[in-house]
Amino acid sequence: MVNQQAALLKPETLIDEFKKIGVTHIVTIPDSETNYLYELMQEQDWLSVVPASREGETFAIALGLSVGGKVPVCLIQNTGMMESGDSIRGMALDAGFPLLMVVGYRGWNRHGVITDTAARYTEPFLNAMGVNYYLVETDEDAERISIAYEEAKKNKRPVAILVGDEYHGFNRV
Amino acid sequence: MINADDMFRAFEPHREDAVVIVTGTAGKHWADHTTKQNRDLNMGGAMGHTTSAALGLALGLPDEKVVLFDSEGSLLMNLGIIATISGQAPKNFLHLLMDNECYATTGGQPVPNAQDINYAGMAKEAGYTAAYSFDNIEDFATNIGNIMQETGPVFVAMKIVPEVENEPIGQRTRRPTRSRAETIRTLREELGIS
Repeated sequence: MVNQQAALLKPETLIDEFKKIGVTHIVTIPDSETNYLYELMQEQDWLSVVPASREGETFAIALGLSVGGKVPVCLIQNTGMMESGDSIRGMALDAGFPLLMVVGYRGWNRHGVITDTAARYTEPFLNAMGVNYYLVETDEDAERISIAYEEAKKNKRPVAILVGDEYHGFNRV
Repeated sequence: MINADDMFRAFEPHREDAVVIVTGTAGKHWADHTTKQNRDLNMGGAMGHTTSAALGLALGLPDEKVVLFDSEGSLLMNLGIIATISGQAPKNFLHLLMDNECYATTGGQPVPNAQDINYAGMAKEAGYTAAYSFDNIEDFATNIGNIMQETGPVFVAMKIVPEVENEPIGQRTRRPTRSRAETIRTLREELGIS
């Protein structure tokens, strides 16, 4: 019998990617699946965490930070992203600046039937907004984060990372 | 109530090098008084999120004074931002609210509970370092110089004369305004941000 280590996306991997990209600020609303990541982010002396009251704020705060020469990331869940539609339009897409959105893919599952409508509407929402996205499930996918940010810089647009491993990698295991 | 044109006239001598963002119907009068256009920023809007963008700017430019002339209709759409601002506590941020008690651009319908909201009280209780309310130009003009020197985030609520627009959108006279992209570019050049 072979013991296999489940493939995980470790929060440390995201932190490493953020540092590689040169991220200065994480604008976020924490959710239940990202608490360990939140704690880790707060421990980084090169990173400022900006907790927001509502997801729509995150895109506008990111715009202001970007004008000031900083490199923000919006870290939210798919439910809040969908609630932020007009902010994504007016403050991110229309403003035209590079922005990485890291979005918890609540309800998504590679196996079986997706019953959570939050997951069902996530990709159609991004497609409707014209926001390209990459799925990140394990540490092996992590380089997609840098790829996404390079794309955001090149096109001066938001690009999303859909984090498809909410229930393992973002919590202590 | 305070005439917005008078308010901006009283504010301008105390601006120094502050980056100024205006919003709402009353905000258009700032163009008649500003003498440092390179430090005026059009952040655009999206359901109240000019306030959020101004916070981001204050955090991104901690060595620059950032002054936002907000409007109450806008703030009400995203009232949680006063908690976000208080949590970040940007020392360089002055948040002025132009409260005309109505949605002037849509015909003057009152905002919810228009006459009885204490915006300064909410800001103070949310955690701003100080909050003031003015309903006449004399008091505002007397105090704005000292307020500009205070450590932020500071909130100032002002009762403003509404300038209601009833003409159909397509028939309204619009002042030429600088685009968001242009104001961002000139501000960044001014501050040496690549």
